Amino acid sequence: MTDPATKSPHPGAEPESFVFDPESDAVIDKILKKYPPHRQASAVLPLLDLAQRQMKRQTGSAWVPRVAMDAIAARLGMPPIRVYEVATFYFMFNTRPVGKWHLQVCTTTPCWLRGSDAVVETCKRVTGIRHFGETSADGLFTMNEVECLGACVNAPILQVDDDFYEDMDAATTEKLLDALRRDAPPPPGSMIGRQASAPEGGPITLTTLDFAAGSAPQGGE
Amino acid sequence: MAKVTVDGIEVEVPNGASVLQAAELAGKEIPRFCYHDRLSVAGNCRMCLVEVEKSPKPVASCAFPVADGMVVKTDSPMVRQARRGVMEFLLINHPLDCPICDQGGECDLQDQSMGYGMDHSRYRENKRAVRDKNLGPLVKTVMTRCIQCTRCVRFASEIAGVPELGATARGENMEIGTYVERALSSELSGNLIDICPVGALTSKPYAFIARSWELKKTDSIDVFDAVGCNIRIDARGPEVLRILPRLNEDVNEEWLGDKSRFAVDGLKRRRLDRPWVRKDGKLVPASWREAFTAIADQVTARDPARIGAIAGDLCDAESMLALKDLMAALGSPNLDCRQDGARLDATRRDFYVFNTTIAGIEDADAILIIGANPRREAPVLNARIRKRWLAGEIGIAAIGTPAELTYPVEWLGNSPQILAELRRGDLPFAKMLREAKRPMIILGQGALRRADGSSVLVAAWALAAECGALSADWHGFNVLHNAAARVGALDLGFLPGAGGKDVTGMMQGGADLLWLLAADEIDMAQIGADTFVVYQGHHGDRGAARADVILPGAAYTEKSGTYVNTEGRVQRGEFAIFPPGEAREDWRILRAFAEVLGHRLPYDDLTALRQRLAAVAPVFGRIDDLPRRGAVDLTPPVGDPEALGTEPFVPAVMNYYQTDPISRASPTMAACTATYYPSIAEAAE
Repeated sequence: MTDPATKSPHPGAEPESFVFDPESDAVIDKILKKYPPHRQASAVLPLLDLAQRQMKRQTGSAWVPRVAMDAIAARLGMPPIRVYEVATFYFMFNTRPVGKWHLQVCTTTPCWLRGSDAVVETCKRVTGIRHFGETSADGLFTMNEVECLGACVNAPILQVDDDFYEDMDAATTEKLLDALRRDAPPPPGSMIGRQASAPEGGPITLTTLDFAAGSAPQGGE
Repeated sequence: MAKVTVDGIEVEVPNGASVLQAAELAGKEIPRFCYHDRLSVAGNCRMCLVEVEKSPKPVASCAFPVADGMVVKTDSPMVRQARRGVMEFLLINHPLDCPICDQGGECDLQDQSMGYGMDHSRYRENKRAVRDKNLGPLVKTVMTRCIQCTRCVRFASEIAGVPELGATARGENMEIGTYVERALSSELSGNLIDICPVGALTSKPYAFIARSWELKKTDSIDVFDAVGCNIRIDARGPEVLRILPRLNEDVNEEWLGDKSRFAVDGLKRRRLDRPWVRKDGKLVPASWREAFTAIADQVTARDPARIGAIAGDLCDAESMLALKDLMAALGSPNLDCRQDGARLDATRRDFYVFNTTIAGIEDADAILIIGANPRREAPVLNARIRKRWLAGEIGIAAIGTPAELTYPVEWLGNSPQILAELRRGDLPFAKMLREAKRPMIILGQGALRRADGSSVLVAAWALAAECGALSADWHGFNVLHNAAARVGALDLGFLPGAGGKDVTGMMQGGADLLWLLAADEIDMAQIGADTFVVYQGHHGDRGAARADVILPGAAYTEKSGTYVNTEGRVQRGEFAIFPPGEAREDWRILRAFAEVLGHRLPYDDLTALRQRLAAVAPVFGRIDDLPRRGAVDLTPPVGDPEALGTEPFVPAVMNYYQTDPISRASPTMAACTATYYPSIAEAAE
């Protein structure tokens, strides 16, 4: 039976073909070794991630086209639809092209209470994006709303590609976007200079102990 | 075994059974949407909630295993409350469009909302809307109605073996579809319509045609392949509107092939509704009397030894017996039912039937398919082979043109010589076949309708005997037929008598008068130019185009007929609607014509004819009674097993959707051909 014509869900953007490049291939070999034969389908998540990263390297846009999902299905010996299901289930896989920088704003309760609305508004104002899921006209930014990123201590969070920018407000967001536009992303982390998730303005507990002098409390005494 | 008490009734169920199965055993009906006995358990609709003593919450009975001493309540206030809650959630996004929904009247959701639904909705938000999907020319989708039970997804990947459907995205955005918007490439896709508990998947050709309660339902037997699927004909007035499968665990379980289900619109097109007689090279309408006179004039003028009869693929046994009796009365030995010239040996029944039986496939542990594509020739039987493969520990190999059969097959090559190699033990699969306890050999018509067909038959029998497929309790030699009429005709002996001619012998002027009983699959160009052709059938197809006299007969929905499937199972289909116009039941036509010639066939009604049928071949006296049998007599069929040719096997069915006059007249089947076999559709234009 001949294959009925298949349609791409995103005509136009869809590349003609997708082949894993040598850089991805090297990683795939390592990943596949983790799973026994006949259980290779378990590698679908890491392979989707690899495909997305390769697309970023090759085209500047981190997304997984359908041809890439088909390539993964063939590689892992699973029906293509099973890969489509996984890829569309996880928010982290973009099944349509995104901008060069993928802005993922957390708007879940803690971030929202700490001012994520201002972050969203600033992103919209600076990039010209009108709503979540849109890519800016210059193709540089795509903004998405995400659920809790698990860094509530430093809320609100703006994730750019893989990096967390924390303790955001309107001003720092604007500065960050300007830096991204200049292709000079600042180091990730807190934007108000706190160390990891330590209290703002420095530690407020255990301040009397001098760790360097070796007087840290010993357990059990 | 575990003892479980369901609503005070104590039942004993095997360990590992689900609470739902225990409840069914106790006679308690549990509402369900996602659970289906023949599919894997998903447990996602939550409608089957029951109360289990000592469990703090209601449990989903379909996915909850029984434990010894469990006390289950299926109708407590807690259960009813829980199911009402589930129903309310299901109805949140389900549109209230029952009045325009084709599922209306036979909808699980509609029925169960009578029991567990609220009289009003508390939901004030917008309902979600989902874009409809394209699943091809047979299945219509209204995806907003989908309750995401995933039965269709599981059917496609488990039963049909085409893992093309899936649930993409998640949460409120979850949608069922193929993601790539392509037609589902399965010959069993119509069953999606049956298993969908709501109106999300409905029949495209039947859309907005009728309501289920308007239809007259008649039990019948499918004739589009030789499996003999049990069907229900739904008719309204003079029209057959749809065909649905009927449960028969031994034959089709509850499935039906797409051709059998959707070719019904062919029953209303290109029908022969009055007799025609060729005058001066043109067919002109005639009365029955004129037609009979025209034939009688010819018959009396001819030498009986030069009169022949060929029975078609869709014939009921009754009409074939009447034709055989007519030929006997005329004194003609020229009879044949093998339109394709298959070299079948009818001297013993187990040479030409599917001895293992369809249900028996599930006991086989090695299968060799020779010159057949069961997916195209008998999709429901193919699903049974897939079911066997899913159960594990089986080797399946095939000789023929490689094709996707929905289960992994080792393609040994495409030459009859492979059979000889297997017998010599040259191939690795030969070892597997020999070591198997219950090996099965399936011989297709593609392997038999060729010059060396009888050698292939004998060689396959010999291989079966050598690998232990023929024992007292297991018969592993199987012939897969494509024509619903074939086994019945062979049982009746609708074959050349002493000195009689076969189909080839009757061609090229080998007969002066040829009676074609719905025989359309022979090459009409081969019939001699001077041969007087009588075509008795229901469709204006190839045979009618060549005919000198056309006698309008009845299609399978229009007569009560007996059919023998490829297993040798005798089944009876009932009359659903009247034949169109002046068309008549075929045996009556033959009986009436014999009378014109002065030969009185010894039956005046169907009962007498069926008594005669059982007298000619006792199997016809045992309706739907097919005991499993072993091989008793190991004498091989006639032929030389060494005279195998080298020509590759050619598939017997190229286009699943158009194999007979009815499906060729069906616009739906034409649309399927265009979708699934674009090259064949183009060539036909």
